[in-house]
Amino acid sequence: MAVDRLESLLRGAFPDAGELRVEDRTGGGDHFQVIVTSPRFDGLPLIDQHRLVNEALAEPLRDGTIHELRIKTRGTT
Amino acid sequence: MSEISDNIKNVIENEPVVLFMKGTPEFVMCGNSDRALRALREAGAPVTAVNVLPDPEIRQALSELSGWPTIPQVFVGGELVGGADIVQELAEAGQLPEILAGKLGESYRDGAEERVADVLTPAQR
Repeated sequence: MAVDRLESLLRGAFPDAGELRVEDRTGGGDHFQVIVTSPRFDGLPLIDQHRLVNEALAEPLRDGTIHELRIKTRGTT
Repeated sequence: MSEISDNIKNVIENEPVVLFMKGTPEFVMCGNSDRALRALREAGAPVTAVNVLPDPEIRQALSELSGWPTIPQVFVGGELVGGADIVQELAEAGQLPEILAGKLGESYRDGAEERVADVLTPAQR
């Protein structure tokens, strides 16, 4: 399932994530909402936080698994 | 550097606000592109839209330049601000007008009307 694959990729990139959720937004298996809270984001501007998520999901983004991605990130401070 | 990359760079450097999107402002073809466009319009941004759908090379060249893999992408004053999520979050936090004024000057709203720019080399159209 795509959701599990995305979750494991994000777990790998953010092992110390507090909240880490992947939702299939439309039920169609290719529009996702990801929510990640991690100390890795602390002090980073929003765009760099999202870059880290995009990098973690580079492959499913490249191979078309993800058609549309919505990202919500938060630091811990 | 392909001609498309040069054209993309030209638009990014010469237009105050550039929205690379799926579709055009009149015919938006994707939810995230629509969100970014609405947030920019609400903030009164002078949007130059570039439709990435006519040729997959546009998106490829753009992502190579910006290091951002998804569409839409919003540039203000030549700098990548982000995709739909960031632009919408900034708008919801009331920070988008500040960023636009900071990069383009207080009178950014009187910028040119919303328009579409073409980055495809004449030969391919």
